[in-house]
Amino acid sequence: MRIGTLLIGLLGLSALGLAADASAHMTINGAGATFPYPIYSKWFDEYAKVDPSVRFNYQSIGSGGGQKQILAQTVDFGASDGPMSDDNLSKAPGKLIHIPTVAGAVVISYNLPGNPSLKLDGETIAGIYLGNIKKWNDAKITALNSGTTLPDQDIVVVHRSDGSGTSFIFTDYLSKVSADWKSKVGSNTSVSWPTGIGGKGNEGVSGQVKQTEGAIGYVELIYAIQNKMPYAELKNADGNFVKPTLESVTAAMSTAQIPDDFRFSMTNATGAQSYPIAGATWLLVYEQQKDAAKGKKLVEFLKWALSKGEDMAKQLDYAPLPDELRDRVLKRVDEIKL
Amino acid sequence: MKAHRHTRRKIISALASTLATVAALLVIAPLGLVFYHLLVSGIGSINWDFFTHLPKPVGEVGGGMVNAIVGSGELLALAALIGVPVGVLGGVYLAEYGDVRMNALLRFVADVLNGVPSIIWGVVVYGLIVLRFKSFSALAGGLALGLMMIPLIMRTTEEVLLLVPNGYREASLALGISRWKTIVHVVMKTASQGIITGILLAFARVAGETAPLLFTAFGNRFWNHNLLEPIAALPLQIFTYAISPYEDWHRQAWAGALVLVVMIFLINTVVRFLTRGRTVRVL
Amino acid sequence: MAIAISPRAAVAERAPAARYMKPPRRWADRAFRWLTLAMALAVIGLIILVGWQLAVGSHLAVSRFGFRFLTSSTWDPVSEQFGALPFIYGTAVSSLIALIIAVPLSIATAIYLTELAPLWIRQPLVSLIEMLAAIPSVILGLWGIFVMIPWLRAHAFPWLKSALGWTPFFNGPIYGVSMLAGGIIIAVMILPIITSVAREILRSVPNLQREAAYALGATRWEVTRIAVLSYAKNGLFGAVILGLGRALGETMAVTMVIGNTPQIKASLFAPGYTLASVIANEFTEATTDIYLQALFEIGLVLFGITILANLIAQLLLKTMKNAMTTRAVQ
Repeated sequence: MRIGTLLIGLLGLSALGLAADASAHMTINGAGATFPYPIYSKWFDEYAKVDPSVRFNYQSIGSGGGQKQILAQTVDFGASDGPMSDDNLSKAPGKLIHIPTVAGAVVISYNLPGNPSLKLDGETIAGIYLGNIKKWNDAKITALNSGTTLPDQDIVVVHRSDGSGTSFIFTDYLSKVSADWKSKVGSNTSVSWPTGIGGKGNEGVSGQVKQTEGAIGYVELIYAIQNKMPYAELKNADGNFVKPTLESVTAAMSTAQIPDDFRFSMTNATGAQSYPIAGATWLLVYEQQKDAAKGKKLVEFLKWALSKGEDMAKQLDYAPLPDELRDRVLKRVDEIKL
Repeated sequence: MKAHRHTRRKIISALASTLATVAALLVIAPLGLVFYHLLVSGIGSINWDFFTHLPKPVGEVGGGMVNAIVGSGELLALAALIGVPVGVLGGVYLAEYGDVRMNALLRFVADVLNGVPSIIWGVVVYGLIVLRFKSFSALAGGLALGLMMIPLIMRTTEEVLLLVPNGYREASLALGISRWKTIVHVVMKTASQGIITGILLAFARVAGETAPLLFTAFGNRFWNHNLLEPIAALPLQIFTYAISPYEDWHRQAWAGALVLVVMIFLINTVVRFLTRGRTVRVL
Repeated sequence: MAIAISPRAAVAERAPAARYMKPPRRWADRAFRWLTLAMALAVIGLIILVGWQLAVGSHLAVSRFGFRFLTSSTWDPVSEQFGALPFIYGTAVSSLIALIIAVPLSIATAIYLTELAPLWIRQPLVSLIEMLAAIPSVILGLWGIFVMIPWLRAHAFPWLKSALGWTPFFNGPIYGVSMLAGGIIIAVMILPIITSVAREILRSVPNLQREAAYALGATRWEVTRIAVLSYAKNGLFGAVILGLGRALGETMAVTMVIGNTPQIKASLFAPGYTLASVIANEFTEATTDIYLQALFEIGLVLFGITILANLIAQLLLKTMKNAMTTRAVQ
């Protein structure tokens, strides 16, 4: 009967798919931040060559998603650039460890004809994102950019529509430099944005800014570089205008006070060369792994990432952890129970 | 006087006819536009790599979507395992047994179910499977798609079975063949082409669904060979790539879209070929 | 025992075979009957399952927010205040725009297909429309982002703003992604379904009606207007509501072009957010229980309104069918 042959055909297809990759792999699933997605995906790709018996499947759904999925235990590790709040940590079914991996810069990217290079400061950015500064040729912006002519165009503000650690870093910075922002909006992975349109993930925001003339958005440095989008120099706490680079992010991280649980903020850092909107990103793993085999592979990967992986970070303009912080983190990784 | 009014009415009639023609053109215009762009933007990226390579790390150029294509196939196979038996047998009941009122109710409910947004199926299966087993999985994705297929297949199966002349049933029973054998070997066999058509249509409909897979199948950048793990799917991959900022990913999204559309149209063409001469409701 | 003879009735409302065949006696027969009955009852099971899952998943939110959920416009995951009004507004407005665009076009096309088109063109055109129906939402969204939105932003929207900018609907900054873009893309998605169903309805209007009108000296348009459209009113209305039901649940294409901002603004150029889009965007990221429950509740609201729309549509189509089988003989 034809229905019979059809069904057999379908079963055959699924068997084919299942057999398509002959050797048996273990898959370890993770989800979370889009901020470090470029470096993580590079790590997972390289690590597959180091240890072909395991594959890391990472879905970049935003830090909020990463926190949620690891709390619900639907993934083996989470990733977030906003440290988990005490409230959320208490909800976890086991003790969750924050493992910092790299630090990066959140840059202010924009889409203007001629791709001029702009200088901005905290107050101005807060004004734009609060909806007070509406046009590109507003006095506050032109005051900082005397050499450039800015068009009489509406500013299209782009922010994250999903729960985002990048948003956390950005709003954390804005709360420090603008009392207005702190009282009206505050800092979190997801806030009530006073104005603008939402993009999903760092990818969505950069995509939106790239497509829309007059747009401004905050994204991780590598997204702006890979997509050849211009980004602004920012005035740091010391009063200098700094470009977001590997060096300025490292400078910011060196001034940070890092507690034992590794949750820290490094926005608006002091230091002549520090870039003001920088942040670290963490992998979230349970201290007590529920699957011993997976846990072992995960720990091996973490150790590799914190040694070999860190060298690759520089190529993508992420700042690796300073040596003594790295040693502290490796010690903590040893504490993971299988 | 009379001639004047006739002319005015004739003009109005001609105007209305023109507007209707213009409307028909406007309705198929988007089809032309979408196809044009699919071909122009997609065909350049369809190369051997696309069909054989896995995605590359973020930001790097190249790679393919082979895992997404096969993943979609696996999900459809899983969906069929659930959707086809339940749908076909349910349709048999509606056509061969039951009383008028209950069948009318069942038909009504099936039609209403067909109108449920596909994302709701994703939400339901998330609560049912993903949360319970604490894992995104191909099974969950397949289940979501399969549940969507049930009312579709049930209605189309019922419609084609009703078209089989009663004489066949009567003749078979008169020969002493039991009821269930009559239904399976005589009625269903006669209508088998129509039943397959209905199944194919359900496939075409479900193959392009993205929303129910967002939080069930979840997506995977590598091969998956464990049904309890997340799996890549073509529509999911297209969505992820489309909303990203990378030019290369956009290119691949168009290519993936072209492949998906060709797949669906192929199924629809087969359906049209099988049912030539008869009218089949596609929606 | 008279059996219905009319060919149309034979397909539509024919009495099932059970009526005049012997009741099943043997165990295999009974088993098969119960098996198929169980499968058929699956639809009832499914609809209960969906409703139950949504209710269970949202009960905390329902009890905490109560009716306020439907009237509050604050969607703030940080302070855990969830109100669905912006999404209800977004779904309603985008669907309304879609209907305004799609309904005249669809019905006009249906009229064209049944009354005006030369016979050789009918089947190919129908096939083309069915091809449009087969295009998945995500692909239309892809086209929307890269082709439609840039064109709207560069040409259509500025023109609309200059022509109609004095109304509250067409002023305000132009982003490209907008409520209007969402409405347009939904319109493209529902064109095929309304056209198809409308065409079937118009085709089923008995020719006698048309012939009578022609006999009285009506022009082509008058025949269509008086004899066909008024006869098919209920059915056409049902087709429109069916399209509306589809519009309400449209997810992917809308998410990609509407801007995803929970706000209520009069301007159609402003970005919006629909019930389906917020679920798609925020479901996997709801960090707190109440957040997830609020999203489940949005799903419940969406389920409710689509069921309602489909119920009304099916009833209207049914009354049309009934009216036809009890009216004048062929």
